[in-house]
Amino acid sequence: MDQDTWNFIFIGISFAIYIAIAVKSRATSTKEYYTAGGGVSPFANGMATAADWMSAATFISMAGVVASSGYDGSRFLMGWTGGFVLLTILMVPYLRKFGKATVPDFVGDRYYSQGARLVAVLCAIFICMTYIMGQMRGVGVVFSQLFDIGIPLGVFIGASIVFFYAGLGGMKGITYTQVAQYCVMAFAYTIPAIFISIILTNNFIPQLGLIGNYTQGGGDPTPFLEKLNNINQEIGFSNYTDGSLSTINMFCITAALMCGTAGLPHVIVRFFTVKNVKAVRKSACWTLVFIAIIYLTAPSIGAFSRVNLIEKLNSTKYTEAPAWLADYERTGQMAWVDKNDDGIIQFSGPGKSTAEKKGNSVFISDNKKPAYPAASADKSQRIGKHGERLLSLKPDLTNPNELYFGTDIMVMANPSMGGLPKWVIALLMAGCIAAALSTAAGLLLVLSTSISHDLMKKIIKPDLSDKEEVNYARIASFVALGVATYFGINPPSAFIAKTVAFAFGLAASSFFPTLLLGIFSKRVNKQGGISGMVVGISFTIGYIIYFQFLGGTEDQYLFGISPEGIGVIGMLLNFIVTITVSAFTPAPPEEVQRMVRRIHNPRGAGEASDH
Amino acid sequence: MEQNQIDQDTNETSGGYRKSSLTILFSLLTIWFVVSFGCGILFREWLDQFTIGTAPLGFWMAQQGSIICFVLILIAYAVLMGRLDEKHGYSEKSAKKVIGKETK
Repeated sequence: MDQDTWNFIFIGISFAIYIAIAVKSRATSTKEYYTAGGGVSPFANGMATAADWMSAATFISMAGVVASSGYDGSRFLMGWTGGFVLLTILMVPYLRKFGKATVPDFVGDRYYSQGARLVAVLCAIFICMTYIMGQMRGVGVVFSQLFDIGIPLGVFIGASIVFFYAGLGGMKGITYTQVAQYCVMAFAYTIPAIFISIILTNNFIPQLGLIGNYTQGGGDPTPFLEKLNNINQEIGFSNYTDGSLSTINMFCITAALMCGTAGLPHVIVRFFTVKNVKAVRKSACWTLVFIAIIYLTAPSIGAFSRVNLIEKLNSTKYTEAPAWLADYERTGQMAWVDKNDDGIIQFSGPGKSTAEKKGNSVFISDNKKPAYPAASADKSQRIGKHGERLLSLKPDLTNPNELYFGTDIMVMANPSMGGLPKWVIALLMAGCIAAALSTAAGLLLVLSTSISHDLMKKIIKPDLSDKEEVNYARIASFVALGVATYFGINPPSAFIAKTVAFAFGLAASSFFPTLLLGIFSKRVNKQGGISGMVVGISFTIGYIIYFQFLGGTEDQYLFGISPEGIGVIGMLLNFIVTITVSAFTPAPPEEVQRMVRRIHNPRGAGEASDH
Repeated sequence: MEQNQIDQDTNETSGGYRKSSLTILFSLLTIWFVVSFGCGILFREWLDQFTIGTAPLGFWMAQQGSIICFVLILIAYAVLMGRLDEKHGYSEKSAKKVIGKETK
């Protein structure tokens, strides 16, 4: 059977399962729509949250980022798992006890102010919207590659499927579909890793392979990471196990990712679906276990595929290179420019560059992506003399590197690089789609709840009935999906990719301190809360915009912190402003103080999620 | 009995409970900080002189060890808090029993 048939079989089966689950567990009340009726088991909720948390970007790109930046990639590994420790210990048990359906609900009630609620709603909508656009794009790209259709049609198909079960099923439908999606993702991620680990290190557990010996080719077993360091140095990269980021940057970015994770509204609401506070703790534990299964595999995949890629391609004649190289050239994810005209692929790092500002770019381009002549161009302009796909860009002759590859291919090409059977690749495709769909569905729900519940019911039209509210939620999710689809088809260029990374900084500087102080301090009041949120988020947005869009340069960085990590400073500012302003303004009313005391008693969360 | 149930749910927790829960919170957060920011970032270079398997320890802590520790921290949190709730009568299961005892 050929690859397409396998793909159709695996993706078809997985879709049939998702839709069957969605139809069977569709929501019938607001309570079921928002929080699945509050009765999901901690184990199932943990799995669903893990699927929600891991987006297509995490699934596809993370191992690639680790592969290309080595130790520096640890900031994502630690940041996105360590955040769950903060989330579980400091946030969700208390928010669950508070017992409302959404995060802006808590902010609005705790800071007894519609203004605070509105700021929180806007932050939540902004964060979710930037996220979901990237997801829809991801779905579209995978579909278009699979079925050879245009990206717009791919995005459209993805959107219809998400709307079908998120819009109809609500949180209940989503939760149970995500359980199935997690299983698909976990298999898809670990099985190729196991195969490759056996080939390279003769160890069937990838995590042990990473700390084991390199045994491929029958030579003397050398420590795997030492082998990787040697390869890296040989071709002019820095040591794989040493970073190139400064310690303060590493520290701040990791901290911003962690605190951001703990302040992301779409993750927090997941814990409102379980029965009581005890179940919340258990569920968070399961969530991290399921996330760890994939996050512990990612560094192994990264390291393995880097060795594989260099061994298979570097110093190889193009005409003798493996067939998958041509496949990825066709999709624009890899490119080869024969700078020295010898027909051999040379891959090298910034260390071999002769330019003052060291780099290893293959071609000169503004967005670092390859561009090609139009399909109507003459054949001699499209195809080189060795059969390679030609680019329309000028080669960068300041360095000898000839090989371009996007970080995404590290996971997708892994099975082909290892020469694994076709069904493994099909499984990976199904996993990738599962990752994108589960995250998009979760985000869509939070978006629609923010609009129907927080905006319509709590601010604009308080006399909304339950049934009308669910209808508004469905309309809102339809509209939100429409907007996301539009931007998925016409992405506002590099802006999206950047904002997704910065959403964490924004969450860290707005929600995290506000929620934390709201939970642990009785004294913090509405003036403090609002001014803290506004100062924190405006400082962070301002810094990011200045350096990303207004041409700020690196030597202007505050304490040498890059925009990625600035959320931490925004967060500290938020803390300081909230506490200072609160100290000079009157204490919150007695009933709010009583509410704060009450959420520290873990009992009696049973009636939660009524409103 | 009915009255007591409501009081238990709405009133603040006892000082002893709050103190113990904060102790758990701060000790776990200290471990969290040490394994991630400590071992993985601040003292990584020093730790790299040791190895685990064949990998430098600091690097391994940043990419694998810290994540394993995070999972252990959350397991410890669920167990310790569960036990504390039980002891002070705040868990859902032990609620009835303790209310009976505390009625004066």
